[in-house]
Amino acid sequence: MKVDLFIPCFVDQMTPQVGLSVSKVLERLGHSVAFRSAQTCCGQPSFNAGYWDEARAVAIRAIKVFDGAEAIVGPTGSCVAMMRAFYPELLAGTPHEGAARDLASRVFELSEFLVEKLGVVDVGARFPHRVTYHDGCHGLRELRIKEAPRKLLRAVEGLELVECDEPESCCGFGGLFSVKFPMISTAMAEVKGESLARTGCDYVVSGDPSCQLQLAGWMARNGRQARFAHIAEVLAGDAT
Amino acid sequence: MSAPESSGSGRARRKFLSDAESHVRDSGHRSFVRRTLTGYYSSRDTQKARYRSWEHARDAASLAKWSAVNRLDELLPQFVERFEANGGTVHWARTADEARAIVLELVAKAKASSIIKSKCMTSEEIHLNAALEDAGYGVVESDLGEFIQQLRGEPPYHFVFPCMHVRRDEISELFRERLGSAPTDSPEELTMIARRHLRQLYVDADIGISGANFLVAETGQVSITENEGNARLTVALPRVHIAISGIEKVVERLDDLAVLLPMLATAGAGQPMTCYNTLYAGPRRDGEPDGPDEMHLVLLDNARTALLADPEQRDALYCIRCGACLNVCPIFKNVGGFTYGTTYQGPIGSVITPHLRGLAEWSHLSGASSLCGACSDACPVRIDIHHHLLHNRRNAATSSPNRVEKMAHAAFRAVASRPALFALGGALFRKSYWALRRLPLPLLKGWLATRDLPAPPQRSFRQEWRRRAGRDG
Ligand code: SF4
Repeated sequence: MKVDLFIPCFVDQMTPQVGLSVSKVLERLGHSVAFRSAQTCCGQPSFNAGYWDEARAVAIRAIKVFDGAEAIVGPTGSCVAMMRAFYPELLAGTPHEGAARDLASRVFELSEFLVEKLGVVDVGARFPHRVTYHDGCHGLRELRIKEAPRKLLRAVEGLELVECDEPESCCGFGGLFSVKFPMISTAMAEVKGESLARTGCDYVVSGDPSCQLQLAGWMARNGRQARFAHIAEVLAGDAT
Repeated sequence: MSAPESSGSGRARRKFLSDAESHVRDSGHRSFVRRTLTGYYSSRDTQKARYRSWEHARDAASLAKWSAVNRLDELLPQFVERFEANGGTVHWARTADEARAIVLELVAKAKASSIIKSKCMTSEEIHLNAALEDAGYGVVESDLGEFIQQLRGEPPYHFVFPCMHVRRDEISELFRERLGSAPTDSPEELTMIARRHLRQLYVDADIGISGANFLVAETGQVSITENEGNARLTVALPRVHIAISGIEKVVERLDDLAVLLPMLATAGAGQPMTCYNTLYAGPRRDGEPDGPDEMHLVLLDNARTALLADPEQRDALYCIRCGACLNVCPIFKNVGGFTYGTTYQGPIGSVITPHLRGLAEWSHLSGASSLCGACSDACPVRIDIHHHLLHNRRNAATSSPNRVEKMAHAAFRAVASRPALFALGGALFRKSYWALRRLPLPLLKGWLATRDLPAPPQRSFRQEWRRRAGRDG
């Protein structure tokens, strides 16, 4: 299959290695991977802040960028949710509504793409560590992704998957929320971060680089020992 | 829906921010609230598991409320007609002021000297107790949690569990001080102390004020659900019963309660059923041994018809006030109930308060969310709670945009529309990261005060990809 990478602005600028790992995993499975360099951002920051006119312009542009792509795969539940769950609402009643729905049916978060779309669970990775998985809320509740990443991780050789005691609690990132209401955001990071730390795992793995920024930022500041890896990095054998 | 006023004073927002700030520092309180809810989670899950399909039950409950709310124009008059045929009297109140005036008039007419009251959030919404007290009437809350809050001089902390934030030893101390009881650590004994105190008050009261959980259009009955039996005494013993209810509480058929009552109990309190579920059909009739001489129902609009006219957020009127969305909300758990400064706390409070009290002044509650969606998943009637927070944000940004924010998003749009500019902006950010950290940028400072921020990589993904293509090609 020909797969187009969806690299959200945040991954582009802050965690490029995650994008590279995605392409590595997909190529190893025999797919051809392309990156359309005209892509920028999905518009979520403006959408979440209530500035829907601005978000709409960015969304319409993104839809055009991915015109004709067979499958679009991104390493984040959050930005994929923006496209799949929110573009149709954002563009409802505009001439772009149909195109938004069409895009929504072609865009996937990495783990659901592998498990649900390709039917792959074992990608041949090895990662001999105790790992706990953090669900990003957009992936969990807007895309209903819960089992896919766990199936993938359980199939990784040597990997032991452990659940924390706050498995469905939010990390508190929430985009601009994290800096507009830093005290609440931090309190949430503390609740989730402590729960992850209690597992005593070697690694916290997640499908959302932004949750990782929040949790790793809080844990590092507060001296909690944990290494972080994106699930793409684990599957690609790139996690360090 | 547009806001009743175009710009807020910002007072509620500033208070929210400072209360949140001090609350999150109280980690003892935060973990106490989290621990209190842990027992609820396990009993809720046990009870949910008894449903053949909880998700189908949610569909049914949501459908019952959908159909009632969308036919309110037909069902409300039908309810009123049957309620009055049962001997009750209906009073329509457009606003909180009207509702208070109606109750005060009824109280005056009854020449009441003492009033007892069971749990009623609608009365909190219209600030009834203060109005009664100002008019010189004594009013006593008979629900244990509300009674404790009344003694403490505080509003409810959580609209289902009013005193969930109070430790048992604090209750014991409060009772010792105010009721002269001996200190005790036993919850049963604490309940008995309150009951002994309240018993005579029921007998002496001339008026009993209650809320309503559902208004059954088919039969004209008022459904009240409670755990302590206090509402029954409040309704049945005094001469006059006044129930206060929002107009959205109507359901079409008695059968609808077969799904709504158990779901209310399970979703909100983790119970199979609430202990007492009573249907009240008018005052005492000839030959009946008990019940009030008069039964009045105050039907309150207070912005509900405006919400009904908003097709996007109309489903907020489905709310059965079960409290499930508060129980799972990380914001509620971390800032506590009082920080909201509203009658209805938590996610549903953040959605409806702007409708009840003005968007401009209350939109910050919709901003104070990570949009995690735990509330919508918990809601037994499937209100799209967290998406309505987005809708409120959009409505606020449209009706009273913040100039600086508006400019920032317009600039972001311009940059995001031009890949070259976008790449350049990213590169500038990455190159100047260490310099930026030293600048007084409030948002960045907000992050760095409590969290580390890793240094950005040398190259962006698009640069890496181009290099790779160069290597491969
Ligand atoms: S919004 Fe839903 S979950 Fe929250 S109190 Fe109302 S019915 Fe319960």
